[in-house]
Amino acid sequence: MIAILDYGAGNIFSVKNALDYLGMENVLTDDAALLRSADEIILPGVGAFPAAMRMLSQKGLVSVLKEEAQKKPLLGICLGMQMLLEKSYEFEECKGLGLIRGTVERIDAPGLIIPHMGWNKLEMGISCPLLEQLGDTPYVYFVHSYAAKCEDSQLAAWVEYGGSIPAMIYDGKYVFGAQFHPEKSGDTGLQILRNFGGLI
Amino acid sequence: MLAKRIIPCLDVRDGKVVKGVNFEGIREVGDPVACAAEYNQQGADEIVFYDITASHEGRGVILDVVRETAKQVFVPLTVGGGIKTVDDIRETLRAGADKVSVNSQAVQNPQLIKDGADIFGSQCICVGIDAKKTKSGNWTVFINGGRINMELDLLDWVKQIEQLGAGEICLNSIDTDGVKGGFDLPMLKAVVDAVSIPVIASGGAGKLGHFAEAFEETDCSAALAASLFHFHELTVQEVKADCRSKGIIVR
Repeated sequence: MIAILDYGAGNIFSVKNALDYLGMENVLTDDAALLRSADEIILPGVGAFPAAMRMLSQKGLVSVLKEEAQKKPLLGICLGMQMLLEKSYEFEECKGLGLIRGTVERIDAPGLIIPHMGWNKLEMGISCPLLEQLGDTPYVYFVHSYAAKCEDSQLAAWVEYGGSIPAMIYDGKYVFGAQFHPEKSGDTGLQILRNFGGLI
Repeated sequence: MLAKRIIPCLDVRDGKVVKGVNFEGIREVGDPVACAAEYNQQGADEIVFYDITASHEGRGVILDVVRETAKQVFVPLTVGGGIKTVDDIRETLRAGADKVSVNSQAVQNPQLIKDGADIFGSQCICVGIDAKKTKSGNWTVFINGGRINMELDLLDWVKQIEQLGAGEICLNSIDTDGVKGGFDLPMLKAVVDAVSIPVIASGGAGKLGHFAEAFEETDCSAALAASLFHFHELTVQEVKADCRSKGIIVR
């Protein structure tokens, strides 16, 4: 069973819809016990970093996520991916979960439109089980103004947008982060979610 | 680089697609959910539902359509038509839309753009515009489906829209809409050059090459068409193949 962390931010129903469509058992929850008993956790998120981290911490879920990420697959999506990193500079400097090394900073793409919104093609970095069987042209859907800065050794995919923007980060074990929205990325996105479910 | 987007638009009245859709394999003709699924299969980058339901009671119906579509179509969904308040925006997004498109209401109440962007984020506020060339060579904004001339200069309006926090503009040319002679390139170019948010070209696509032409001649981010795709004159795949053959990046 996959626990989708519902901490009151963003449109989490689209993630649930996609898992339902794929026949992957899931539950929307903010209950620590359910997160602990789940096989996998998805941390979705749309909105601003500081507010989202505050909500996680008010619900007492920061330590739960840090502990569970040592034992089972965790996938952060969009803001949820950014929260996996050590800190963010969105509005104010704010600590993240620190599960992946690096920071979150405003996209620096002179002359290009911010937010980076639309379909962009994944370029592959380190080997990552979520990025298997995606075909030759893995386009995925992005909407974001802030982006990760991380080490190449944890970078599974990136896209070109006035420089390279991290698209998928991976700690090599249980922690995955997708800057794009797999639940809005057509068949490619569904395959990524299917791959995640396949880790159980 | 971002791929140029091809966006089919479904005009929906009382929960049915109007303009008589005739896709192979779809039993219930005019079912918007099935049409959206078909467009998704064809490789649509986004799907727009334009609600032309006149009655207030009809509002719930389009939300049901979005709710059902969101369960089986996993690309961004946009809903336009009849969105007048922040509550309308909230309801539409909660039903599963990723963006809303506001048009006449935004002209009459520009604050709606700002409030929507502040609360839900710029990325989900698209402003639709119907505009027409004037005798002096500028363009002016119309509302109510092109019936009322607001005597509002198009380029002033698009700059104001950007200032208010809109995430995107969908620009429809009344002069080229329905004529099938191609998008209104001069108008499109003028708007793209005036703002730095993405602009969707709308109105005038009549044949394959018109999409590539818009991307080659202007820096628009996407191109939208309704009846051309409805009547199966062209598929999204065919449009993309043509663009690709001309070196335009599409998904």
